[in-house]
Amino acid sequence: MSLLDIHGLQQSFPRADGGEHLVLDGVELALTEGQIVGLLGRTGSGKSTLLRLIAGLARPSGGTITYLGNPVNAPAPGIAMVFQSFALFPWLTVLENVQLGLEALGLPETEIRKRALAAVDLIGLDGYESAYPRELSGGMRQRVGFARALVVHPNILLMDEPFSALDVLTAETLRTDFLELWGEGKLPIKGVILVTHNIEEAVLMCDRILLFSTNPGRIISEIKVDLKQPRNRLDPQFRDLVEKIYVAMTSRKSATPQAGTVADRAATIDTMLPRVSANLLSGLVETLAAAPFNGKADLPVLADELHLELDELFPVSESLQMLHFAEIEGGDIKLTDVGKQFAEFGMDDRKKLFQRQLLAYVPLAAHIRRVLQERANHAAPKSRFLDELEDHMSTEDAEHTLRAVTAWGRYAEVFAYDDDSGAFSLENPS
Amino acid sequence: MRVIVPISVGGWARLFSRWDVLAMLLILGFLVFLAEASRHLFEPLTELRSQPLSLDPRNLPEYAARTTLRMLIAMVLSLIFTFTYATLAARNKYAEKLLVPLLDILQSVPILGFISITVVFFMALAPGRVLGAEFAAIFAIFTSQAWNMAFSFYQSLRTVPAELEEATRNFRLTPWMRFWRLDVPFAMPQLIWNMMMSMSGSWFFVVASESISVGKTTVTLPGVGSYIALAIEQRDLHAVLWAIAAMLVVILIYDQVLFRPLVAWADRFRFEQEPGGIPPRSWVFDVLRRSGFVEGLVRPFAAWWRSTMRPQPNVVAAPGKSLLKERNGWLMYLMASLAIILIAFVLWRVVSFFSHDIGLADVATTLLLGLATLARVVVLIAIASVIWVPIGVWVGTRPRAAELVQPIAQFLAAFPANLLFPIVVSIIVAWKLSPNIWLSPLMILGTQWYILFNVIAGAVAIPAELRACGANLRVRGWLWWRRIALPAVFPYYVTGAITASGGSWNASIVAEVASWGDVHLHADGLGAYIAHQTDVGDFHRIVLGIAVMSLFVVIINRLFWRPLYLYAERKFRLG
Repeated sequence: MSLLDIHGLQQSFPRADGGEHLVLDGVELALTEGQIVGLLGRTGSGKSTLLRLIAGLARPSGGTITYLGNPVNAPAPGIAMVFQSFALFPWLTVLENVQLGLEALGLPETEIRKRALAAVDLIGLDGYESAYPRELSGGMRQRVGFARALVVHPNILLMDEPFSALDVLTAETLRTDFLELWGEGKLPIKGVILVTHNIEEAVLMCDRILLFSTNPGRIISEIKVDLKQPRNRLDPQFRDLVEKIYVAMTSRKSATPQAGTVADRAATIDTMLPRVSANLLSGLVETLAAAPFNGKADLPVLADELHLELDELFPVSESLQMLHFAEIEGGDIKLTDVGKQFAEFGMDDRKKLFQRQLLAYVPLAAHIRRVLQERANHAAPKSRFLDELEDHMSTEDAEHTLRAVTAWGRYAEVFAYDDDSGAFSLENPS
Repeated sequence: MRVIVPISVGGWARLFSRWDVLAMLLILGFLVFLAEASRHLFEPLTELRSQPLSLDPRNLPEYAARTTLRMLIAMVLSLIFTFTYATLAARNKYAEKLLVPLLDILQSVPILGFISITVVFFMALAPGRVLGAEFAAIFAIFTSQAWNMAFSFYQSLRTVPAELEEATRNFRLTPWMRFWRLDVPFAMPQLIWNMMMSMSGSWFFVVASESISVGKTTVTLPGVGSYIALAIEQRDLHAVLWAIAAMLVVILIYDQVLFRPLVAWADRFRFEQEPGGIPPRSWVFDVLRRSGFVEGLVRPFAAWWRSTMRPQPNVVAAPGKSLLKERNGWLMYLMASLAIILIAFVLWRVVSFFSHDIGLADVATTLLLGLATLARVVVLIAIASVIWVPIGVWVGTRPRAAELVQPIAQFLAAFPANLLFPIVVSIIVAWKLSPNIWLSPLMILGTQWYILFNVIAGAVAIPAELRACGANLRVRGWLWWRRIALPAVFPYYVTGAITASGGSWNASIVAEVASWGDVHLHADGLGAYIAHQTDVGDFHRIVLGIAVMSLFVVIINRLFWRPLYLYAERKFRLG
């Protein structure tokens, strides 16, 4: 039986120029009993937005969400959420935090206490009942978050990157504990939707994984995970699945024609740029050039080696690709000749090379420089370019993109920018 | 929105230290000194009259300009005071022990009391000229602005990040350089916000300080305040409305020309490294920045300014032995004995000042009247809280409404109670109401807004995830208020209530006596007592009234507000 059905879901926000900024488009999803479904994608893929729509915290601009046959248009009883930043009330004790949802249900006092204590017990919070959240470590705090969501006996548990604010070891313990309880059927829930940008976490926990593209968020593929729990990260089948997801995420399909990611095609003036520092780019080029990679690396291996998550690794590698320092294909990243050269150069030569690539392959940088050259005083206000970008993307994205290109332009000494006056110019202060 | 606590809340230390007592004594001694000085100077002063004031609205621009100038000069003085006093308090731990409690007590002294005592003294400084009266008015405005600015600066200096402080020492910046390169920029955003609050609050006292009579001395300085006073005396409703309009215009101009540019400018001093949020903008600031003329004008000054920052080449900051560190015998003894002699002297003067013609009966009377005013303040704060907390939460959880309401509340906070005299007095007379009850609302008229906008700030600051969590668990109705909204705004509410309570004590001197033309109403209370003694010109009893009022305020701050604030901070602060 289907717990949740989503059809043709769409979400958009108004843009400054009067247009619509599409965040989610054509999402189809069905959650059946006994499943953990993972939503995997990068920042800007709208997966958190989707979770909030399911929770009834926002209204979609198109499509339907049906929960047990009823449309969701307000927070529904039976759908509980675990938050990324825990969202604990600092003035309530652990027990009071857990009881909050039960109080909202209007249950009798004794019942509230009994169920809350049972949840505290189940999730391993014994002895912490009267503690305040500030006295707890991150891991214990998120346990409270879980207990609070579980105590209302929801049918669906929504998890919004619940482990991403925790350190690696704590996150792993919490995941294992959760999976154990889930596997033993001790959790009073029927289905789980997990939002994550950690590929291994998705493979470790989910029965199905939906991959999301960015801008707008669309489901680009669905991957079934048939491995038996408990899963082993070193299992070759596990590695294969991880590899498969990397390949899918870096394929041409993951980018969509509208102001999408930069993975597949030549950038234009209105291409959104990721905010990646020149230092990070240099660092990755150096790492790739050196042993053991010697110019070519498997992305999952690289991510592991550098302790970078999807959200961190992809922007850097895609920036390298955009600047033609590297190529990405089938989950691999490979340095180009220019990239290898860059790795060998000293600081000054690197800047020159970066300048060349920037002007050749990032049209926005070249555009800004051209405008500055054409103007008599060789200066132009930031708003001049911001307005131009906002015709193609949301205000926020425009701001981000301009900041990104400013950082690169400064590093390459293509133009200067004075934040006080908000003006681009050709002159660098002497 | 920034929120600064207007009293010192240093920690759970003893409620009263000997430093508090010393500070109280010092201030009392200072007041006695001023009052005594003025009393002796009383006789030779002939009546001082400037050109008669006119209610013609065409004069208002000029009056408004003069009032504005007074406030501006007072602001400059407040800044100088802030930079010196707060720096000394933060840098020197010996000075700190005395200066912080001193500031705490200074700000509990009713500002209108300062006027009563100082006006004659200042007029004596420039006999027969308006200048003396101007001094007095500016000093009164200064006292309404300076204290919270100094507090804010002191607190900022105490929280300068240790690493930045170490960096300045590592690069051997001179104290002067350090002050302008680190301390001032770091404190700037908070300080500017406090300047805005001070400016808003000082309107209340402008009205009182421009037209005051102490005994036989009457001072009328041309300005918006004296215009209002005259309008009330002559029952001219039109003039009152004109005055309100003039005030509104001046506040708007101040906001656009002075504070908005300052806020936009100070944004660069935010300590957070991450760029985030929309930076504040100001068209005036943009114009100034982009103008080459202004740049040319500023350049030589800036060059000179930088030249003062150069380190003196010969001075090597060696970790030498400072005098105080040495603590060797006779110097400390000398200092201590000097201090004891000084304290004894002040004590003797204070006692002889009061013993002259003030008996225990007077003290008992003022204490009783103080209790009456206290009852008013407590009831009013309670009523204002019941009204404004729910409204503040409602507004704060709706960003659009918050944007709209904030500036209006800030204007209303500047609204002097006198302007409502016509309405209130008419109503009380027409319906034969008891002034003891119905004059009271005037006390909280200007100060209740602090509760409102602090609560709004608190509600705005509730993290989106906490709100989403409440919605997800379907927490609603009274449970939502009890578990989420009220606890979240509580620390902010306490801050607002502290300000409102302090302000209400201050306002009682104006609000417990109201007049409209020849109808004079008065309620029984310490404020009315001080106002009456000011009219009569009885300096002993003015000082007595002020001292008792300060005592009440200090005791309430220490016994009630400070513990409450620390509790709120500990239990309810987010993050």
